[in-house]
Amino acid sequence: MLVIRCSETRTSNNEIRKQKSEYQKTNIEYRNYMGKKSINRRGFILKTGVGLGVLLGVGVVACGPLRRTIAQKVVEGAPGYKNEYEAYIWFELQPDGSIILHSPKVEMGQGIFTALAQIAAEELEMDYHNIKVVHATTNHGPIDALSTGGSLTIPSLYQPLRELASTMREMIKINAAKLLGVPANTLALKNGEVIGSNAKLSFAEIATKSTEWHLKIENLVLKSKKDFTLIGKPIPRIDLVPKVKGETLFGIDSTFPNMLFGSVARPPVFGAVFKSAEAGNAANMPGVIKVIIEDNFAAVVATSRVQAEAAKKALKINWAMPDKLVQQADVEALVRVGVGKDVIIQKEGNTGILKDDNTFTKEYYSPLGAHAQIEPNGSAAFYQNGKVVVKMSTQVAKITRDEVAKALKIDAENVDIQSQYLGGGFGRRLQTSHAIEAALMSKSVGKPVHVFFERSEEFQNGVLRPPTHNILKAKLDANGTIEAIEHHTASADVAFNSTLLANIFKPLSSSVAESLVGADFGAWRGGMIQYKNIKNYSTTAYHKELPFQTSWWRGLGLLANTFAIESFMDELAHHSKQDSLAFRLKHLSDDARGNSIKNVLKAVCEKSGWGKSLPEGHGMGLACSIDVNTPVAQVAEVEIKNGQIKVKKVTCAIDPGIIINPDGVKAQVEGAIIMGLSATLFEEVTVKDGLATPNAFGFYPMAYLRDAPQIEVVLLSTGESPRGVGEPPIGPIGAAIANAVFNLTGKRLNRIPLQSYMT
Amino acid sequence: MKIDFTINGIPKTVDVPENMPLLWVVRDVLEMKGTKFGCGQAACGACTVHLDGEAIRSCSFAVQYAQGKYITTIEGLSKEGKLHPVQQAWIEEIVPQCGYCQPGFMMSVANLLDKIPNPTDEEIDDNITNICRCGTYYRMRKAIHRAAELNRS
Repeated sequence: MLVIRCSETRTSNNEIRKQKSEYQKTNIEYRNYMGKKSINRRGFILKTGVGLGVLLGVGVVACGPLRRTIAQKVVEGAPGYKNEYEAYIWFELQPDGSIILHSPKVEMGQGIFTALAQIAAEELEMDYHNIKVVHATTNHGPIDALSTGGSLTIPSLYQPLRELASTMREMIKINAAKLLGVPANTLALKNGEVIGSNAKLSFAEIATKSTEWHLKIENLVLKSKKDFTLIGKPIPRIDLVPKVKGETLFGIDSTFPNMLFGSVARPPVFGAVFKSAEAGNAANMPGVIKVIIEDNFAAVVATSRVQAEAAKKALKINWAMPDKLVQQADVEALVRVGVGKDVIIQKEGNTGILKDDNTFTKEYYSPLGAHAQIEPNGSAAFYQNGKVVVKMSTQVAKITRDEVAKALKIDAENVDIQSQYLGGGFGRRLQTSHAIEAALMSKSVGKPVHVFFERSEEFQNGVLRPPTHNILKAKLDANGTIEAIEHHTASADVAFNSTLLANIFKPLSSSVAESLVGADFGAWRGGMIQYKNIKNYSTTAYHKELPFQTSWWRGLGLLANTFAIESFMDELAHHSKQDSLAFRLKHLSDDARGNSIKNVLKAVCEKSGWGKSLPEGHGMGLACSIDVNTPVAQVAEVEIKNGQIKVKKVTCAIDPGIIINPDGVKAQVEGAIIMGLSATLFEEVTVKDGLATPNAFGFYPMAYLRDAPQIEVVLLSTGESPRGVGEPPIGPIGAAIANAVFNLTGKRLNRIPLQSYMT
Repeated sequence: MKIDFTINGIPKTVDVPENMPLLWVVRDVLEMKGTKFGCGQAACGACTVHLDGEAIRSCSFAVQYAQGKYITTIEGLSKEGKLHPVQQAWIEEIVPQCGYCQPGFMMSVANLLDKIPNPTDEEIDDNITNICRCGTYYRMRKAIHRAAELNRS
């Protein structure tokens, strides 16, 4: 078996800037081990200095522009982050010639395993079916120190993975040359074989016949774009068949032999804190193995889930209740423009010309929302002899590992987080407290324990998408051109108070990290004015923490901020009697970024027939956004039946740069549109007496099959690298629908969920 | 309580609390993980199985009522190694993303097609009320029509 490890040295800020040139300076050592016995401790080490690595902002003196740069790095496409020396196993060449690729990023539906297999197979010149992509565990394989999220997986791994794969290709070729007794440069790789003029060898033969792997690769040559045969092909996703057969195992499906089931007492209302507990009658109830009461934790472990649940209800728990239960009015008073800390995140020219008597002003709102991923969070842990294995769904394996280690007071290397497929992520799996719960319970009973969140606990004890309030002001000149525009965006925590932010800026405290970053970049994501052909523009972000946790949700602030800006742009166009498309185009700049947005706008309008006559009772709306440098434009076509908004069709144009798998990109676009449509039309959580309301499916209104529109996707592909896809297409959908409703009815809906405000 | 039933053609006896939801018997006792837990309140359909040919939401179905019944789960949907037309259509249209809700959807759709072999869009809307959060609905509708077509041929 051949294993390639990639390790990184500590990166500095300068190295961030030099990252691309470092790719060329790859310093390679290698080691070989065959079979189980002869592991050479000096084995393959591939020092690339790249991998996942960027270190952000530690010790940097903060100032306005720099703050933005730091935040931008996190938000807009920095290739992940790494600040520790660790050896990584990426590839394993198996005796049968297949390759196991250990992915540091998790598969939560985005199709990355397929894209990673395509990228690797392209350089390895092999059949992608023979590449098995698995989740790296934290004890084996590359560790992702940031998270799977931010639409960053493919942008951050495209280049390093190609380098690793091509390094492996050269290693294989050199060994084949030795086995065949010919010079390596006379050999070529094709379809998993090394082919010479007179003979050929399969990867399997090379893997089994090689006894050592010697290599020093200089001037690693990567395939050029024009020679790609697999990148750019719409191959079916590699996890398709197991998923259709119901064979794929997700986090909550995890088991160990002789596993028990735990049920944990979680706070009944926002702000309640565990004080103490008594077992009551719980210990004597059927199936109960143990009642666990610790300093900040009470739980029951039983032989079945229903027995654990029943016994938990018999516990007598003393909660320290908050002085006052949170109400919806409190939430609305806290998240308001003008309330809380304000930070100017964007400023060009002077918006001081905006006065009350000459300014067009509108405001927009979005509510608390839930991730509502269909797989509730659950994990199985087995603690033995000072070590613990946790199988689960997590977007942050390393953070989860460190949290479990801290809770159990053991070293991080004694915790192995084994990521499973995620039944949806959407940001919900950046918080993984259930891993700690399962590990603590397993340690307490000495057997494996499974625990999960009930659906009601997902609402009450998970995290919510924060509400938002936006105010936009603008002044038009006599030609209907915007002279000045101001955007004020208010939200609660997204990045702030998150373990992810704390981890990015470790060892700084989170308050220092927050002051470094300035405004909560998650909350203002999508909030900057992109119409740079306006002379005077600014964006100010207001932030206030709520008395319960709000956090990351697909696209973060992108949906709400784009809803506000793009609704406002339509209102301005209508107010000055201009076409929505022409109005947008004239305010976009002629630089690369501005042009990229213009291109998707033009493409979507052409494909959707923008301006054409529509069937009676139909209306169209247009909106655009740019996120992680990926521009997206959408046209929604709606009709209204019995007061119900029905989105008939959405046309979307997107330019994500190099496209690894066009079908995968389309699937992400379709998914983002439907999830965004659901959030825009229907979804809302409110707070009553400290309770998230509703707290159940069926009552939390989400899009069903009947609500899904026809979707047409136009793919543009400019540039030499891939950009993010998972989140950008959720940006415009809210405004596109609201604008369509306005064009159809003349009614301006400025509050999400739109359907609730139709009457 | 001892309860007997036949699941995917195999007779089984389980000894569990009588009020235990069938879902947890299938998942935790029989360790068949294809049937999923989503909400516990019969609202999302991730736990859909067939009971004597009817689609039921097993999270809200006490196991005692399965006594003597024939149960089919996603693991039993394909017969003799051949994929069910719904599964075949799901593959052709590349429906799943995360995949978690899909077994429940496929079980619901298979049952719908047993009753209405060529459903209209409206019949699909009225009958398929599971929830998918990745937003695969657009492809799903195409796959349902495709499955109906495969059934015909």
